[in-house]
Amino acid sequence: MIGSRFFRNVRLGIKTLMLHKMRSMLTMLGMVFGVGAVIAMLAVGEGASREALDQIRRLGSQNIIINSQKPVEQAAAGAMNVRMNIYGLLYDDLERIRQSYETVERVVPAKLIRGQGRVDGRTLELRIVGTSPEWSQLVQRNLLTGRNMNQRDMEEHSNVVVLTEHGVRRLLAGRQTLGSKVLINSGYYTVIGVVQSEESQSSTMQTPDQNIDAYIPINVAIERYGDMSVTRTSGSRTRELVELHQIIVQVDSIDHVESTAAAIDRMLSIHHPKGDYSLSVPLALLRQAESTQRTFSIVLGSIAGISLLIGGIGIMNIMLASVTERTKEIGIRRAIGAKRKQIVGQFLIETVVLSVTGGLIGIGIGILIPWIITLVAQMPTAVTAWSVGLSVVISVGIGIVFGMYPAMRAANLDPIVALRHE
Amino acid sequence: MSTMTQQSDTEAPSIPHAEGTDLVIRLEQVWKTYQMGDQDVNALAGVDLTIKRGSFWAISGSSGSGKSTMLNLLGCLDRPTKGTYLLEGRNIADTSDDELSDIRLKHLGFVFQNFHLIPQLTVQENIALPLFYQGIIGADASEQAAKLATRVGLGDRLEHRPTELSGGQQQRVAIARALSNNPSVLLADEPTGNLDTATGNSIMELLGELHAQGKTIIMVTHEPDIAAHADYELVMRDGNIESISENPPHPSRSDHGGHGS
Repeated sequence: MIGSRFFRNVRLGIKTLMLHKMRSMLTMLGMVFGVGAVIAMLAVGEGASREALDQIRRLGSQNIIINSQKPVEQAAAGAMNVRMNIYGLLYDDLERIRQSYETVERVVPAKLIRGQGRVDGRTLELRIVGTSPEWSQLVQRNLLTGRNMNQRDMEEHSNVVVLTEHGVRRLLAGRQTLGSKVLINSGYYTVIGVVQSEESQSSTMQTPDQNIDAYIPINVAIERYGDMSVTRTSGSRTRELVELHQIIVQVDSIDHVESTAAAIDRMLSIHHPKGDYSLSVPLALLRQAESTQRTFSIVLGSIAGISLLIGGIGIMNIMLASVTERTKEIGIRRAIGAKRKQIVGQFLIETVVLSVTGGLIGIGIGILIPWIITLVAQMPTAVTAWSVGLSVVISVGIGIVFGMYPAMRAANLDPIVALRHE
Repeated sequence: MSTMTQQSDTEAPSIPHAEGTDLVIRLEQVWKTYQMGDQDVNALAGVDLTIKRGSFWAISGSSGSGKSTMLNLLGCLDRPTKGTYLLEGRNIADTSDDELSDIRLKHLGFVFQNFHLIPQLTVQENIALPLFYQGIIGADASEQAAKLATRVGLGDRLEHRPTELSGGQQQRVAIARALSNNPSVLLADEPTGNLDTATGNSIMELLGELHAQGKTIIMVTHEPDIAAHADYELVMRDGNIESISENPPHPSRSDHGGHGS
């Protein structure tokens, strides 16, 4: 009974609002754009950050990544003379890290060598990654077929290679993949597995060209290619001696990542006074990205919040005008026997109907805009359920908050005065 | 008008007009004082009045005589500053706003000079409004409203808006609305004030019929020939009752029963 009376009230509210269609629509616009802006902005922000966060997360949140880095003054000198650049991480560093820290679970070295893969007539520039079998456990890449490198490959110094899907498509299209021989620089390797290519979409993260990787056992890489590499540029040759290009350290728990990273950094800085290495912690990047994202969301949210506030004030303004305009109606209802709270209810229902209808249309627009942005600008967006839920709550809340004052004013009118109002 | 006779048979058979001991309203030393600046103005100054069930009263008086205040007070839109107002045995002086609303809802019906219908509602919905606030809705309410519309001669206008009706028709809707809660007292504030003479007379006929069926009616008017329809004429002056006179039976009532064919 109370329920059906409520619905009658809602129906009456809608009917009353429909008497002034134009005015009601204009009043709703504030809510429509406010809610639409909230959802669309959050969707764009969420889409952008989700992509960045995903990329960082794939690097592994328990990992510490140490790269060799050409010292600054040497980089400048090397460009002009034919000379040897010696820098970077050492085999000794690997052992030192492996043995000095209790919190370190795995240490994986990597040598990165430029190379060329060749199968019959086809060639492809490759990045040879000499590493240990544990690589596959640290760096999450999907194995599509075959197997990863294992301990026996290391022990037997096997000439085996794991290629990426991209590499396989370019070199071995239309052929039996597993077991095929690929000539890389001067040696033949047997393909034992294929991993998924990494399409790096955004340029925000410096991801190496992981889709032309060729993974081989590190001891094979050392034996075949040594530590020296020669880069020929027009007129000059640069020789570089780098023992290890990368060391990835996995720590036993997320809680120890930052302290371990700091300890390793201290230790390495003693052995590398030139600073020819760089250390990065994906977890720290992740946290930073998350906090940036949070700030971003707060800023966008505030802007959208202001437009919602303006929408609410617009509704209040119209409802106040409506109360004045309908003073006589209020007087009639009170004379007939309507209680104050019934008058409050009537006006409150009208504002809530206005704000919720506006909110629902706004949600529609808020979902449509990101969809168009994705379609036209190829930008990733993600409409989150919580932002839609929040908008519904906010629009009901605005209806109640901004409707309360006009409704109270209507209810507190003296019925005698209200009846006499023209 | 056969429907009307039927109505009167079913609705108020136990209230014979002539029986006079049953009191609906009793005012004892009622004062209503307003503050105007630093002066106290007595709109009502110690009014005593008893109104029997089924009687028809006309209140008149010059402007400022206190007749509007009197009607507002009788209509429970206002409370006396001092004194006792008993409506159906209940003292109005010490009630809350909600209780006062409840009394209006259950015991009183209003008819105004400007009809005061709600424009966004249809005739039927306007008539059913008091039922709505009593919690009677749906088919029950619509049926009752339709019956009342027929009783005031607007059974074929249920879905019309007030603006689509003539003044006389609007006032008939207002009367039907005032009757829908079957009130103890029907209060009319210049019910013919905005109507031409002919239409005004037809409204007075309707009120006369209701009176004949046993309704207690209190009407404010400044037109002597309208006041002549009532049993009693009460003249207000300076916040008090100047005179009460009993009228001879009015022609519009005297031929009740055989009228309308």
